[in-house]
Amino acid sequence: MTHLNPADAPLEVHDLTVAYHKKPVLWGIDLVVPRGRLVGIVGPNGAGKSTLIKAAMGLLPLSSGWVKIFGQPVEKNLVRVGYVPQRESVDWDFPVNVMDVVLMGRYGRLGLIRRPSKVDREVARACLDKVKMLPYANRQISNLSGGQQQRVFLARALAQESDLYFMDEPFAGVDAATESAIVTLLHELKDKGKTLLVVHHDLTTAKDYFDMLLLLNMRVVAFGSTSEVFTTELLQKTYGGRLTILSEVAEAVSQKAK
Amino acid sequence: MGVSEVSAGRTGVGLRTLQRPMKAAQERRTPRPRGVCLAPCTFATASWSAALLRRFALTLALLILMPFGAHAAKIGDLIQTNVLEQALDFFTFREPAVRFALLGSMLLGICCGLLGSFIVVRKMALVGDALSHAVLPGVALGFLWNMSKDPVAIFIGATIAGLVGTGVVTLIKQTTRLKEDTALGLVLASFFAVGICLLTMIQRLPTGNKTGIDKFLFGQAAAMGADDVRLIAIVTALSILTIAVFYKEFLLTSFDAGFARATGFPVQAIHYGLMLLLAFSVVVALQAVGVVLVSAMLITPAAAAYLLTDRMSRMLWLAAFFGMAAGAVGAFLSYLGPNLPTGPFMVLGATTVFVIAFLFGPRHGVVMRWWRQRSRAQRVQRENTLKSMYHVLEAREFKGDGVSMRELSERRRETIEEAKQQVGQLRRHDMVTLQEEGNVAFLTPSGWQLACAIVRNHRLWELYLTNAAHIAADHVHEDAEKIEHVLGEDVVRELERRLEYAKTDPHGRRIPSLADMRLGGVGQERTDELVGYGRRP
Repeated sequence: MTHLNPADAPLEVHDLTVAYHKKPVLWGIDLVVPRGRLVGIVGPNGAGKSTLIKAAMGLLPLSSGWVKIFGQPVEKNLVRVGYVPQRESVDWDFPVNVMDVVLMGRYGRLGLIRRPSKVDREVARACLDKVKMLPYANRQISNLSGGQQQRVFLARALAQESDLYFMDEPFAGVDAATESAIVTLLHELKDKGKTLLVVHHDLTTAKDYFDMLLLLNMRVVAFGSTSEVFTTELLQKTYGGRLTILSEVAEAVSQKAK
Repeated sequence: MGVSEVSAGRTGVGLRTLQRPMKAAQERRTPRPRGVCLAPCTFATASWSAALLRRFALTLALLILMPFGAHAAKIGDLIQTNVLEQALDFFTFREPAVRFALLGSMLLGICCGLLGSFIVVRKMALVGDALSHAVLPGVALGFLWNMSKDPVAIFIGATIAGLVGTGVVTLIKQTTRLKEDTALGLVLASFFAVGICLLTMIQRLPTGNKTGIDKFLFGQAAAMGADDVRLIAIVTALSILTIAVFYKEFLLTSFDAGFARATGFPVQAIHYGLMLLLAFSVVVALQAVGVVLVSAMLITPAAAAYLLTDRMSRMLWLAAFFGMAAGAVGAFLSYLGPNLPTGPFMVLGATTVFVIAFLFGPRHGVVMRWWRQRSRAQRVQRENTLKSMYHVLEAREFKGDGVSMRELSERRRETIEEAKQQVGQLRRHDMVTLQEEGNVAFLTPSGWQLACAIVRNHRLWELYLTNAAHIAADHVHEDAEKIEHVLGEDVVRELERRLEYAKTDPHGRRIPSLADMRLGGVGQERTDELVGYGRRP
């Protein structure tokens, strides 16, 4: 069993290039993510943050390179991958309730045709409880606030019971209470040995939330523990040209250094 | 007459129908209600649950068996006495043509309703429309194959044309900058034009039995034979089975295709499977509904169901039921007169259901929403009147009990007639009693309590805004005017706690407390400080 071998990293990306309409969005990405880390993916708009995690899960055609999940090609190990897509990626008027959505997290384990069992429902309920959404189990999803929608997506990912999680902007447009609840949950998952890659757009909180950072701007600018990577110089490199954001953050960095 | 020749050759139905229109009409009349009953009988008893899909499949099996049974009856034209025949006689018409028309239309309705539900939630409504128009050249070519209206040849031709049309849409989308709606429009119009040209050509051919081919435009259920119904039954069974087996997959890929792919589901294959089923159902629906309106049978019942429920499984049931009902209605109506097209009647039936759902749907219906808004507005109006009465009483420091219409109208800056009308509303809700020919209003205990509650809500909220949100005292009134009507008792308790049971609002006026409400209301241990209701002179 290859995945028992600790040498097999949860995620290994080699020379990954992705292009939309022949215009490269990601270019020659090399990445080895160690087990049990909470990794923030940070970079300016259009840096390819979402593209990277989608490509890693095999959702996009690769122009070159390969991706391995726990030492295996991604399509063979999808059951060990959990996914929280961007909240805007679905139609929240869709006729399903909260429980239906969380149960979808179990579908990957069920495979084709098999229906969710009582056990699956129990797991889904437990996951809903973890994000404090159990009282909303029978709510239609259009009646949820942005933060609640995000919690539902998170519960669905929890129901996947995966070892490697990709999350696309889970903090976008959520209230402060949800944000701190999500952070707590991410750390709990990390402590259980899960590996998490989280696309994050807010530099001011990135430093506190993640223990590793991937600075991305079409290429990997830097990847390492937050304390090493979160420097003015590297951020400047990542956000090159975007002076307003940069000066603010540089200010914040220098103040924290004092 | 063309129809009769075609169907007479194969089934002998149309000729008989036309030869005996009066008799047939009489025969039709009696069993009709039973036929209608089939729909509610089968479905209304079913409660909503996923487990019932199996019962649904059983019902379907029965429905599928019907055309074969009907066929046997027609050949023998004898009354057979086996159980199945008796059951069929109970549920269907004696006249085979009616049976075919009704059964075919109802099965179609089920099939279109089920597939249409997924089309609607996947926002693919236009795809159905384009597909239905694109199949027309295939129908013509299928006819030209052996110069007769052979259902199988037409089925194959139409399916191929539909798939080619879908392929062209994809091709245009991928190779040009044009977006899907434009590509669909292009394909829809051009394929339809080709189809019309071919049909016109066929009509002018000197040879061949070309009758009935024109019915493909608007459909005529009466022209359906056993072969047509059998095809419909097969496609319907296939659709139901596929959806029953792959419900989970259809649901997931419709809701969140990205997540579905990330969990390893073959999203593309499922999509094409659905498209293929869609093509099949459009093609078999042509005979009954016609090319022009098939898409309405896909969209309308599903759209009505979408307005009525928030669960996909219920939506499927409802859409299937609506589609079936619309099919039955269409078949009936078109059968009333010779040569009436079925499609428009079916679509009108479905549209009627949609309009009812649109207007009277319990949650999303326009009338219901209007009604809810109206009763809310009336409640706010009543509460505002009560508040004004409280203000009048407060202005004279709760001396004297009644509030005259003049005082109230001055307070509200309205005419006396308007004040009377509003107080009349309060009286209807037992909030006040009227005396002196309706010129003086006295608050009842419930009226007094509600008046206190509204004033309390208003002043608490003002205080909260000035204290907690640091908004200037002259900015808070407008906001409190709205909030006072929606604060629940739990929020009020919380506000009171946070404001440490403050006694006065930012403008220095007294905030009515629970005790005030009780004292004034019950009238015991009355203090002179605050008495609003029922004070003796």
